[in-house]
Amino acid sequence: MKLTLKIWRQQNNQAKGHFETFEVSDVSKDMSFLEMFDVLNERLINEGKEPIAFDHDCREGICGACSMYINGRAHGPWHETTTCQLHMRAYNDGDTIVVEPWRASAFPVIKDLTVDRSAFDRIIQAGGYISVNTGNAVDANAIPIDKTDADHAFAAAACIGCGACVAACKNSSAMLFTSAKVSQLALLPQGDPERKQRAMDMVAQMDKEGFGSCTNTGACEAECPKGISLANIARLNREFIAAGFSSEA
Amino acid sequence: MLNAKIPAGPLETKWSKYKSTVKLVNPANKRKLEVIVIGTGLAGASAAASLAELGYKVKAFCFQDSARRAHSIAAQGGINAAKNYQNDGDSVFRLFYDTVKGGDYRAREGNVYRLAEVSAAIIDQCVAQGVPFAREYGGLLSNRSFGGTQVQRTFYAAGQTGQQLLLGAYSALQRQVALGNVKMYSRHEMLDVVKVDGKARGIIARDLVTGKLERHFGHSVLICSGGYGNVFFLSTNAMGSNVTAAWKAHKAGAFFGNPCFTQIHPTCIPVSGDHQSKLTLMSESLRNDGRIWVPKKQNDNRKPTDIPEEERDYYLERRYPAFGNLVPRDVASRAAKERCDAGYGVGASRMAVYLDYADAIVRYGTIEASKRGEDNAPKEEIIAMGKGVVAEKYGNLFDMYAKITGENPYETPMRIYPAVHYTMGGLWVDYELMTTVPGLYALGEANFSDHGANRLGASALMQGLADGYFVIPYTIGNYLADEIHTKPIPLDHPAFVESEKKVQGQLDTLMNIRGKHSVDHFHKALGKIMWDKCGMARNEQGLKEAINEIRALKEEFWKDVRIPGGQHEFNPELEKAGRVADFLELGELMCMDALMRRESCGGHFREESQTEEGEAKRNDENFSFVAAWEYKGPGNFDLHKEELNFEIVHPTQRSYK
Repeated sequence: MKLTLKIWRQQNNQAKGHFETFEVSDVSKDMSFLEMFDVLNERLINEGKEPIAFDHDCREGICGACSMYINGRAHGPWHETTTCQLHMRAYNDGDTIVVEPWRASAFPVIKDLTVDRSAFDRIIQAGGYISVNTGNAVDANAIPIDKTDADHAFAAAACIGCGACVAACKNSSAMLFTSAKVSQLALLPQGDPERKQRAMDMVAQMDKEGFGSCTNTGACEAECPKGISLANIARLNREFIAAGFSSEA
Repeated sequence: MLNAKIPAGPLETKWSKYKSTVKLVNPANKRKLEVIVIGTGLAGASAAASLAELGYKVKAFCFQDSARRAHSIAAQGGINAAKNYQNDGDSVFRLFYDTVKGGDYRAREGNVYRLAEVSAAIIDQCVAQGVPFAREYGGLLSNRSFGGTQVQRTFYAAGQTGQQLLLGAYSALQRQVALGNVKMYSRHEMLDVVKVDGKARGIIARDLVTGKLERHFGHSVLICSGGYGNVFFLSTNAMGSNVTAAWKAHKAGAFFGNPCFTQIHPTCIPVSGDHQSKLTLMSESLRNDGRIWVPKKQNDNRKPTDIPEEERDYYLERRYPAFGNLVPRDVASRAAKERCDAGYGVGASRMAVYLDYADAIVRYGTIEASKRGEDNAPKEEIIAMGKGVVAEKYGNLFDMYAKITGENPYETPMRIYPAVHYTMGGLWVDYELMTTVPGLYALGEANFSDHGANRLGASALMQGLADGYFVIPYTIGNYLADEIHTKPIPLDHPAFVESEKKVQGQLDTLMNIRGKHSVDHFHKALGKIMWDKCGMARNEQGLKEAINEIRALKEEFWKDVRIPGGQHEFNPELEKAGRVADFLELGELMCMDALMRRESCGGHFREESQTEEGEAKRNDENFSFVAAWEYKGPGNFDLHKEELNFEIVHPTQRSYK
């Protein structure tokens, strides 16, 4: 296949960015999207140019590092698929593909397609944990958990923290990310003692980082590579409101 | 002879006795002691969090943009623990026994017993953190079986166990960051260990965003940087996984143990072309239900579904009736290679075998039909129900296979082939996880200690968390108790200055080569040498050739590598170059180690040493030792030996028949 790529280039956080156009040929349908970038980068290096910087690591769809906004969609056209798992059989000869970084003021660009997502770490630091020191645990089977609750907690915990939800949202809201963690821990008895404080603190940190508000468009769920459900946002809203009421009491 | 400092006394009481008699550090003194942790995977994150909880001042470093992205995240299948929740006869002793046997009698009994002993507490700890393990309808935890064992002791969270365990450890770490007990440095890479008076006292790290070098002091340094499978270029490791931190520790005086012990995992998606950047694992748990086969006819071009049952060779079931498709990884990998080399391979490249779920789908469908009282359901409905059950158990893995290959594994057998997955070798450590440099520790995959010559499935997660949660919090105190009078060493100390100068020198050299070939060009060339000559089968001639080829490649690298961009900015090519430079040195040592070990054991298969049936043949008389290599300068390593004594499990020819 022959393709035209329009890729966002930005030298660093201070510099002004622009699109650069590349023609690539000999793209195999069996390549992953990132392997096409590898081939292009190899060519750029051989031509004495700077390769395109992009985050990637596991290339198995689980680490959450890859983060490309492809033709107006976070992680490209395939449903519930990260950029690294997107394969070139999704495209046809002659296609033009526009690739941008995640766009959100809480995710400043580092270089080209690489952004800084440390805001997500700080949201977790605000309360995305159960306060249990090593060695304090009771026997694992001493806490039976309803299978449905356990399955829902797992489904929420499957979030890979890639930030596609933020990139897909017109408000750059981080509600899906935050709610997934709040939900996971709220659904489990172990998370119960801290659930009110957790919901309040994590939402406060999310706001402080400069993420936008949620207006329930559902774009985050539609673009999430792990299928994290909007129901988590509803649960976070309930948790947050309940926490607000009871903290007054 | 190296001394592993294994406590005296009966195996079952070694660890408890050690814990009760080890030196302690009082809480007021812990606040004054600083610990540096390199890497934030299962070992690093659990260690950093646990040490911070104890009161130590911790600095944690990772090269990724977040601690949550360490490659432990990608582990799929599960984590072993001797809980015996299934009442199927499991015990600490059995887990210990299986691990020593699975490792082909090249691991230390004392360490392995401790690992089995703490395994149960790991599950308790993770559940307390909110790790959502798979559960049964009664609300209790579910288990499955894994290769090399006959009990169900593996805990799991769908095919994402590593992710869930890592996020548990990551959340514990983030809590300590929030409490101010850990200072986190992401997008930082350790480039040297700083030693003062022979002890590890800090590191030089590079901020990968600004390119600036930084000096960090610590009373001790923990290397938790994972394995070095990426020396083969193609592996199931993440693209960034590297040996650099461990290798710099090695060059600073830490011996490197059993570098040639590499695990080739039997069930990975085969290579599809020259563009291939990494290989994807299909969890070993798939061997619980899937059946592995090749056609009985060589070069059979029929579609797998057109090949009748009697013309299929279920070679693992044929060769190993007792364990069948659940033989350990080294055995399964070699058997696949044997079939493909003999001309029975499948797929376009003929370097693949089938992993078939047709039988499992029918079996599960029949059970499901019976549960629903539809015993006479038509075959199509039974198959549809079976697919539903398989999707619930393995859905994410099947989806991944479909995305990568474009084939539907519910309809046609998957094609799989072995790929480099894990490295049992690593920095040599004693019972306390300390390397040969005082104050310098290695945890998790970065050390060599518990898996011998072959790791059993679901044991890596167990070892990483055992080291971090339950071993290092005790053993580090034994060292730091004598360091309470050591004041933080100023960062302008000559040792720091000199170390930084050395690191700066290497960066300058790399940037100034301005050669013709990319870093990947050299990495791929190294990977090909390693895979061809130090991969699944090794022989004397090939290893000797490999050493010469690697030396030549190394020379060419330092003359001709091209690194675009600058040094004082975000420059992934420069990061890669430093890592490949280290892989080139490590690759040579791996070949030397493989050449020295004139026996087969576990994943190390020397063609000269095999039984009549083609199984690995150990030579206990001459090779019952850990090879610990000391760095003596470029391409120059001294061999030290640690004798392995088996008091409880007596080495025999491993049999899974």
